[in-house]
Amino acid sequence: VSEVRAQIAAKTPEWRAGRAGWLFIAPAITLIAVFFFLPVGASLLLSITDFDLYAVANPSNVRLVGTRNYTELLQNPTFWLALKNTFYFALIGGPLTVATSLGAALLVNAKAVRFKTFFRTVYFLPFVTTLVAVAIVWRYLYHPQYGFLNYALGAVGIHPIDWLGDPRWAMPAIILLAVWKNFGYNMLIFIAGLQSVPEDLYEAAALDGAGAVRQFWHVTLPNLAPTFFFVGVVTMIGYFQLFAEPYVMTTGGPLGATTSLVLFMYEEGFRWWRLGVAASIAFLLFLIILVWTAIQLRLERRLAA
Amino acid sequence: MLRGLAARWILAACMLGACSGAEAREQRVTLRFWAMGAEGENVQQLVREFEQQHPNVDVRVQQIPWTAAHEKLLTAYVGNVTPDLAQLGNTWVPELQAVDAIEPLDKYVAQSDIVKAKGVFPGIWDTNVLNDTLFAVPWYVDTRVLFYRKDILKAAGYDSIPQSWSEWRAAMQAIQKKAGTRQWAIFLPTNEWMQPTVLGLQNGSPILKDGGRYGAFEDAPFRGAYEFYVGLFRDGLAPVAGNNDIANAYQEFARGTFAMWITGPWNIGEFQRRLPPEMQQSWATAPLPGPQGAASGVSNAGGSSLVLFKGSAHPKEAWELIEFLSKPDIQRRFYHLTGDLPAQIDAWQDTSLAGNRYAAAFYTQLQRVRPTPKVPEWEFITSKIIDVSELSIRGGMSTDRALATLDAQVNRILEKRRWILARTAHAQHDSAATVKIK
Repeated sequence: VSEVRAQIAAKTPEWRAGRAGWLFIAPAITLIAVFFFLPVGASLLLSITDFDLYAVANPSNVRLVGTRNYTELLQNPTFWLALKNTFYFALIGGPLTVATSLGAALLVNAKAVRFKTFFRTVYFLPFVTTLVAVAIVWRYLYHPQYGFLNYALGAVGIHPIDWLGDPRWAMPAIILLAVWKNFGYNMLIFIAGLQSVPEDLYEAAALDGAGAVRQFWHVTLPNLAPTFFFVGVVTMIGYFQLFAEPYVMTTGGPLGATTSLVLFMYEEGFRWWRLGVAASIAFLLFLIILVWTAIQLRLERRLAA
Repeated sequence: MLRGLAARWILAACMLGACSGAEAREQRVTLRFWAMGAEGENVQQLVREFEQQHPNVDVRVQQIPWTAAHEKLLTAYVGNVTPDLAQLGNTWVPELQAVDAIEPLDKYVAQSDIVKAKGVFPGIWDTNVLNDTLFAVPWYVDTRVLFYRKDILKAAGYDSIPQSWSEWRAAMQAIQKKAGTRQWAIFLPTNEWMQPTVLGLQNGSPILKDGGRYGAFEDAPFRGAYEFYVGLFRDGLAPVAGNNDIANAYQEFARGTFAMWITGPWNIGEFQRRLPPEMQQSWATAPLPGPQGAASGVSNAGGSSLVLFKGSAHPKEAWELIEFLSKPDIQRRFYHLTGDLPAQIDAWQDTSLAGNRYAAAFYTQLQRVRPTPKVPEWEFITSKIIDVSELSIRGGMSTDRALATLDAQVNRILEKRRWILARTAHAQHDSAATVKIK
């Protein structure tokens, strides 16, 4: 009898609520554990081994090498070039994308504009098309002799540019493609943000004599701040992982001018099959993104205060 | 034609499980065959004929772009979805052999009337042999020879390409003396590993030594070749330019920007297509000169081979397809479809190939080809050769420092290989010791 009583006592309402809570989040936690923490842990482990082609053939060919992969990476000029390219892309391309999406959102959301849904769909289209198909079309646009872009530039007297063949122009060309491809998604989020700005704020501002520009600076922007930070963080995280654009358009060339960290990692991992080295690149990239996002969040807090 | 189409539809329907019984009992075999680029596209026509000869076999050719082929093969192996047979750049054979993905072929060749060592150029055959075992059958061959402008050479006082390095160099200097500004004697793209490597092979360098355990770049033979190579740039005989710096090499060749170019067989067709008609009488091909004359003028043993994967469920049929593709008349037709030079010497009897004066230089060169080191790391090592030679040519790094750097990098890459070899040797030694104790 006392046993039964003890069991009943143990199953207090809090205990039951707690158990229910755990049960509810169990599927999510299991998924995250299996598909996130486990692989992350495994790749951290991988990064301190010399896992390579020989290990693929026979697992007993793996050796623990400690931090050797990391120290060798820091001495590898290709790593530094890839790091520089990645920052170039993210620091120029990221803000440019955010600015373009905000501009497009303002245009599409403007009261004077007709066919809003049509424009919204058109601007969103690049985001939902396959990158490989888009890249092939853009390679035609960028073609030094027959490309439309050089044709258009020629019309205003600018000499043809070898967009994808010139180390100085290849990265700007990739940035242009990425901005065009990605601004649609951010634009939709900005539109949602814009629509949640209370109309009476604009009315009040107008009554106080604020013109369109002042309304933008003092009503629209402050109200958009949370949206802004979300878009900024997500865009930068995505842009630090630049891969598909250079992989399809330039395979990292010319002269390594478009080799990004992820592309470098891909080459080490799947071209040379040096998975240990590739895993350590992945970890360094993870750290970079972590630090960068922390900086952005701190900035947000300071600006919000 | 229509009937063939109908048959194929019925076949497709059968595959989908729409019909059963009689057809199913006939034991249909589907071979999966991976081939790259233009070869993958053109081999489809030949494969249809094989299917007619083997009514129970379907061959599914999957065309893979060259740029993605290497990754795809290794990924397929790791993912356990390798095809039955595949085309392989012959420098990749050691890699797939190292992971134990491909079948040794000696027992097949022993019973074959078609695939025989003496039917193929010896240097080419050798690239497919690892530790005295054959792992791949040469399909088509590729090597580098000299393409040159006859008129420019003649103007400099030479009727043909000299055969030794010193005379060759003298000819280049004579050409350079007559050249205008922005004109050079020879084009050696700085972003290619082939030229310094081939010159090294010519000068007797093994490239890697001690059974592929260490780089041999600082040793005298490679050093001599490297100095000769870099000297051509330092003395202004070759432009400091990579493939990307020259927008249209054919146009530049026609313009006389350079009088010689070391390149491969695909350019026979390209030169005929892309050079203006009035230029067609003015170019020729020649086997590479060597440090001590013609006999030392070796070149690389390149090309593609066919391999049989260990995971194949139908090795017999797959081998029959390899044999079929090795038949001289099929090789000849393949040459007509792709322009790829046949690996089977008998296929060279073809009138259009024997009568092609540009191909003759390749035929001579193919008697003198030598494989690049047969280690799985080779592909990776070539990227280091490019890095270092660009530092010498563009950055003016001294030969001593460049070659020391190269050896250090290559030795670091080969560290794992040395460890594995030492371990295997140790294990063998141990087992030998136990036998003795018994």
